[in-house]
Amino acid sequence: MEFTAPAETNLFDNAKVVGKSTLRIDGPLKTTGRAPYAYERHDVAPDAAYGYLVGSAVAKGRLTALDTRDAANAPGVIGIVSTLDHSAPLPTGTGNNTALFGGAEIRHYHQAIACVVAETFEQARAAAALIRPSYARVEGKFDLAAAAPSAPMAKDGSGKPDNKKLGDFDAAFASAPVKIDQRYTTPDESHAMMEPFATTAAWEGDKLTLWTANQMIAWCKSSMATILSIPKENVRAVAPYIGGGFGGKLFVRADAVVAALAARKLKRPVKVAMQRPLMVNNATHRQGTIQRIRIGAGRDGRITALAHENWSSNINGQDGENGTAQTASMYAGPNRLQANYTAQLDLPEGNAMRAPGEAVGHLALEVAIDELAEAVGMDPVELRILNEPATVPGTPEKKFSDRNLVRCLREGAARFGWDKRQAKPGTVRDGRWLVGMGVAAGYRGSPTMKSAARATLENGRVVIETDMTDIGTGSYTIIAQTAAETMGVPLAQVDVRLGDSDDPVSAGSGGQWGAASSTAGTYAVCLALRRAVGQKLGFDGDAATFTDGRVVADNRSWRLADAGNLSVTDEMNFGRFKRDFDIGTYAGHFAEVGVDRYTGEIRIRRMLAVCDAGRILNPLSARSQVIGAMVMAAGSALMEELAVDKRFGFFVNHDLAGYEVPVHADIPHQECVFLDTLDPVISPLKAKGVGELGICGPGSAVANAVYNATGIRIRDYPITLDKHLDRLPQVA
Amino acid sequence: MKSSTYERARTPAEAAAAVGRQQGAKFLAGGTNLLDLMKLEIETPTHLVDIQDLGLDRIEKTKEGGLRIGAFVSNTALSADARVRRDYAVLTRAIQAGASGQLRNKATTAGNLLQRTRCPYFYDPNMPCNKRKPGSGCAAIGGYSRQLAVVGSSDKCIATYPGDMAQAMRVLDATVETVKADGATRAIPIADFHRLPGDQPEKDNVLEAGELITAVTLPKPIGGKHFYQKVRDRASYAFALVSVAAVIQRDGSGRVSFGGVAHKPWRVAEADAALSLGAKAAAERAFAGATPTEDNRYKITLAERALASVIDQAKA
Repeated sequence: MEFTAPAETNLFDNAKVVGKSTLRIDGPLKTTGRAPYAYERHDVAPDAAYGYLVGSAVAKGRLTALDTRDAANAPGVIGIVSTLDHSAPLPTGTGNNTALFGGAEIRHYHQAIACVVAETFEQARAAAALIRPSYARVEGKFDLAAAAPSAPMAKDGSGKPDNKKLGDFDAAFASAPVKIDQRYTTPDESHAMMEPFATTAAWEGDKLTLWTANQMIAWCKSSMATILSIPKENVRAVAPYIGGGFGGKLFVRADAVVAALAARKLKRPVKVAMQRPLMVNNATHRQGTIQRIRIGAGRDGRITALAHENWSSNINGQDGENGTAQTASMYAGPNRLQANYTAQLDLPEGNAMRAPGEAVGHLALEVAIDELAEAVGMDPVELRILNEPATVPGTPEKKFSDRNLVRCLREGAARFGWDKRQAKPGTVRDGRWLVGMGVAAGYRGSPTMKSAARATLENGRVVIETDMTDIGTGSYTIIAQTAAETMGVPLAQVDVRLGDSDDPVSAGSGGQWGAASSTAGTYAVCLALRRAVGQKLGFDGDAATFTDGRVVADNRSWRLADAGNLSVTDEMNFGRFKRDFDIGTYAGHFAEVGVDRYTGEIRIRRMLAVCDAGRILNPLSARSQVIGAMVMAAGSALMEELAVDKRFGFFVNHDLAGYEVPVHADIPHQECVFLDTLDPVISPLKAKGVGELGICGPGSAVANAVYNATGIRIRDYPITLDKHLDRLPQVA
Repeated sequence: MKSSTYERARTPAEAAAAVGRQQGAKFLAGGTNLLDLMKLEIETPTHLVDIQDLGLDRIEKTKEGGLRIGAFVSNTALSADARVRRDYAVLTRAIQAGASGQLRNKATTAGNLLQRTRCPYFYDPNMPCNKRKPGSGCAAIGGYSRQLAVVGSSDKCIATYPGDMAQAMRVLDATVETVKADGATRAIPIADFHRLPGDQPEKDNVLEAGELITAVTLPKPIGGKHFYQKVRDRASYAFALVSVAAVIQRDGSGRVSFGGVAHKPWRVAEADAALSLGAKAAAERAFAGATPTEDNRYKITLAERALASVIDQAKA
């Protein structure tokens, strides 16, 4: 099916199931421990042996030898795979910025150099400690600030230099009566998802099955074929349940590669879960950024010139963290400059993490806007509304599909009690607490990707099968809701089977495209099933009414089950017309914080997000997405930082004791409101994703609230007490 | 994790003898720290002597009017004890500021005193660390040291003792009672229990091989207002950047111990004596001779301001 023009009125505009708060249909399986995750597939691979990864102890150099004799002789050990089994690095899979295994070259700390396989996990771990590697260590580059000045300009998505100019920024900025010119930094961050990378691998002849934690099943399948140099059709990837991904599981990682190699070598299923200390330096992270923002404005607050430059890094000098990603779509201003630079560093591989680019871009841009509001003496909500653009500011040839940012800000301000905010910072006290409020706008693009599914009618039940994943987001439920709505059956009459590469290829989970794309694919295949039902029973399926488990057509009525057993496959393709539009999701984020006037400790008091993301398919799970992202944003504002040791070249705090993420006590109150909007350009369901919108802006609202509380502006994230302690008011 | 043998001793003397007898043997109490370190092979005991059956799980009055806390009393039980809450509130507050409910259920009084540092370089076996591997060097010096010691450190080690409970015991002048492998007993003032790193950072405390903590005794209550202020980046489940354990009397005199700043609970007599002069005077004396890094210099300001908070609360 092709989606070739904006959606008109359709069945979703009178929905009975879609748009209603619905408990996760997979919830009971999860809460009773019956949802099988990649590392616990006793049901399908009961005799799996345990693999334990060994990571490089140096950040750069060569592995000159790997003495495995003691490990091989340790109790329970079945075998060992070594990176030196391969003369060169194995090929990279989709999205990988460096090879995951193979060869003697060490490119980053904790790079996988071996995997010890034993009868039990404990035996494998004990034997892994007996491996004795020898290294020739060489110096590396680990300091973004040092590398940034000479970093080359990055390439944009189409391969052109990532340098966009509009009007004459330099002249407009020079002549602007009000100028903001500030530098912001964001640190390296870790996904820190609960389920680590994990894979159970088994071979039958030359066919490989991977039960693995992966967000993008089709990429996983093709990547593993590439890495192992085997035909794609010989790989099956299965991931029905995933314990969080946040973008870290978009691409295959060392667990999958090494489990597959070990299972082939040892002729036995092998499972590998990455131990927590390797989750930071072996796996990927969000790279740190340095961002410079210059804004020129009139004394009335109207922006005339806006420049956003970004410096980050990666192990291959490409695919940096682009903080400018949202700027072209946010504020009006005719004279613009945007540039993005990526340095090569020898830190571990950087890669996608929830709202790559935008999440940290907002941390800079939305604070710069707050600084501008103060400089012109305007309320920051009003300043944002004043600069609301009519066309897409950075790409004026595009139109906004449906944009209600102003409503988000106005409704948020009203709900939050923004009128009680004191514009003068450092003036509100509550006992020992300095109290402040902050606001930020949020923008995240809402892409769609082709998405296919199979729909089967089986004794009146509707079964949807697709390789779509549910990484905790609620995909099972929204797909079931879409199928129930389209086929006119109760939700309980729908079965959804996800995450198997034997099933039709979906959009997968990433970039907040999953919900919009996979439900559109489900709609497409259900329409195909309706036509098949019509054909079987002798009516035009497109003209029939499917409701309450019955079909009405030509003044006749059937039970859906009367059509017998049928199965069809279809996909939703999204047409070129969408390219004329900037399809975004929007939010107004508000935060109130307290800063302990003695210790400088920062504690969030409440957070509010008012979101505009089109039809909300399942308000219950959408809210979970947004408040979860707000927690992550709070972490990025106040505590999350991978500390770089610039001598040894690694992230030092590589466990969950050292890398602090917010705990319950840090998040006392959150509210999430969805505007009742529809975006006909996105898909027939008029529904956009929210999983990344929720992390775009709340951290800046927190940062602005901290400033409002103290009058001290901190531009280096995370905002920790040591950065303002010596400037807080005197005590005692 | 290396394999080790395991036994459950029946008496304290038997446990001490069992550990004293075998090179590399260790006591096992709650295991909340030791087992984690064994998985990383930072601790590699050859033999574990479990002390759960020794009857050391009671809190009793002493004839001096204080309390004797058995080595195996859990953090949860100790912090909830009505006598502790009433007479030694600083101890309840300190314990409840640490870890999580689940961990406090398992962690014991003796084990908590023996908690090892949380220096990230100690936790990474690839890194040089004089505490983990004597003579290998200290990666923390010149490295990521935001959370590490500012005072009492050496050029061999800048690790901190990370616990909360011991800070309270320090201001309460607790005594650590032990039995040695040969059956002899001794009482170690808490002030002398933890060591400074000096040239032997691998030694956290003064216990000898096979010496078992049997109890911690608290002297009779000293009255005053009791405080434990723990400062951290997140609101719970984090080690202290700085903590202040204090007991302050009506006249402004009192005692103060700082956590998160040194290799041991940091209490300085001159600082105690200056408490009534205010936070600045007391902190100046407590941190005289401090040698912070660029990363952790803030802790000295933070300690002073946290103490100011406590003093203001005491006046309120």
